[in-house]
Amino acid sequence: MSTGPKTGGFVPRDRGWQPDALTPPYKTSVKRSPQAALLSFPTTLSEETSPVFGHGMLGELDNDLILNYAQPGQSAIGPRIIVHGRVLDEMGRPVPGALLEFWQANAGGRYRHKKEKYLAPLDPNFGGCGRAITGEDGSYEFRTVMPGPYPWPNGMNDWRPAHIHFSVFGHGFAQRLITQMYFEGDPLIPLCPIVGVLKSQEAIDQLTAPMDMNRTVPMDARAYKFDIVLRGRRQTYFENRVEGL
Amino acid sequence: MVQILDYLRESPSQTAGPYVHIGCTPNFTGIEVYGGDLGTAMKTGPVQGQEIVIKGTVFDGTGTPLRDAMIEIWQPDAAGLFASANETRGTPDPNFTGWGRSPGDMETGEFTFETVKPGAVPMPDGRMQAPHITAWIVARGINIGLHTRIYFEDEAEANAKDPLLSGIEHQNRVPTLLARKEGEGQYRFDIHLQGPNETIFLDI
Ligand SMILES: [Fe+3]
Repeated sequence: MSTGPKTGGFVPRDRGWQPDALTPPYKTSVKRSPQAALLSFPTTLSEETSPVFGHGMLGELDNDLILNYAQPGQSAIGPRIIVHGRVLDEMGRPVPGALLEFWQANAGGRYRHKKEKYLAPLDPNFGGCGRAITGEDGSYEFRTVMPGPYPWPNGMNDWRPAHIHFSVFGHGFAQRLITQMYFEGDPLIPLCPIVGVLKSQEAIDQLTAPMDMNRTVPMDARAYKFDIVLRGRRQTYFENRVEGL
Repeated sequence: MVQILDYLRESPSQTAGPYVHIGCTPNFTGIEVYGGDLGTAMKTGPVQGQEIVIKGTVFDGTGTPLRDAMIEIWQPDAAGLFASANETRGTPDPNFTGWGRSPGDMETGEFTFETVKPGAVPMPDGRMQAPHITAWIVARGINIGLHTRIYFEDEAEANAKDPLLSGIEHQNRVPTLLARKEGEGQYRFDIHLQGPNETIFLDI
């Protein structure tokens, strides 16, 4: 009888570090948060495996939001920036082949979505989505315009700080993560009820990208560095096994 | 003094917000890029095993369907093998991806997965699990993605021996993890975020 591939379990998620489901100042969480305790269970193959995303699936402009929706000869309006970083696991190992998908509002704070009600105008040359797959060293890079802050219905005067949404797909379904990147120095960060679900300044800092003059393209684009950490895999020869198998 | 444990911390999760579909299923929202949305088709040709359809809706605590959710599922093929780089037990069905992603219906929020009935997969300790599909739900108002499992009500014998299902303290909640059979190869798996039928979510 086989015990299955030696994939190794994932380190449990630190629920004391991650946000809680119920966070009343972020009003939508009130009716969308499970109230029973989560059922704890060790990861199995179902969570320790994941689909393979190959670099071959990417188009040339997938990681260029300035051009990937623009008419020929045109480009998106707004401050041009490069966002780059690495995807690592909790052990500090790079995660190559991770699929990153990102989406954001345009430079005026407006999303290209039919339910979007903000009066700021659409940019005809900006779609607002892109994707990348990490290299052997876990690195990724994309080019976009700085998203604008926008108001949202929660309190009477709540504004989201400028942010980019990230969906991250690593090496196991257990690592699946969606998060947001904020920008260094944004005065809206401490005021935002969605940022407010984070439990510590340290957690907020981990989602705040510093400006990175080393990766700036002179006369073209500024740069921000944003590293992402996924759950780590246990590595030991002394895993629990049925004796004699 | 002792040495410092220099592990990194997992990036904190943030809600997917109301526009997760722009990022993960842009073509669904009318942004035509990439030549199509990922995770739309789980079958890329003739597949082995029983083809099934799973439909369902995600409800909030007031019973209102969510129309801004994204649901992903991940499962083995009919033989219990994953189309994954770290599958070492055999060769999975080449025409089955095992991975599906649904934005739900624009008007009703109902999600649909056209897939195959999964084969059984062992625990790391060798005990067999009942056939199941791993599911993950994100949406506006959900601060960290919710993991659950879709088991099948017509696998009663395997379900009774399943290590996860049989270990649940409140056995009256087990049905929240069972896809209901609605016809030959037709199943329904509704997800309740709150309320008397709250789905069992996993810390896994
Ligand atoms: Fe947003």
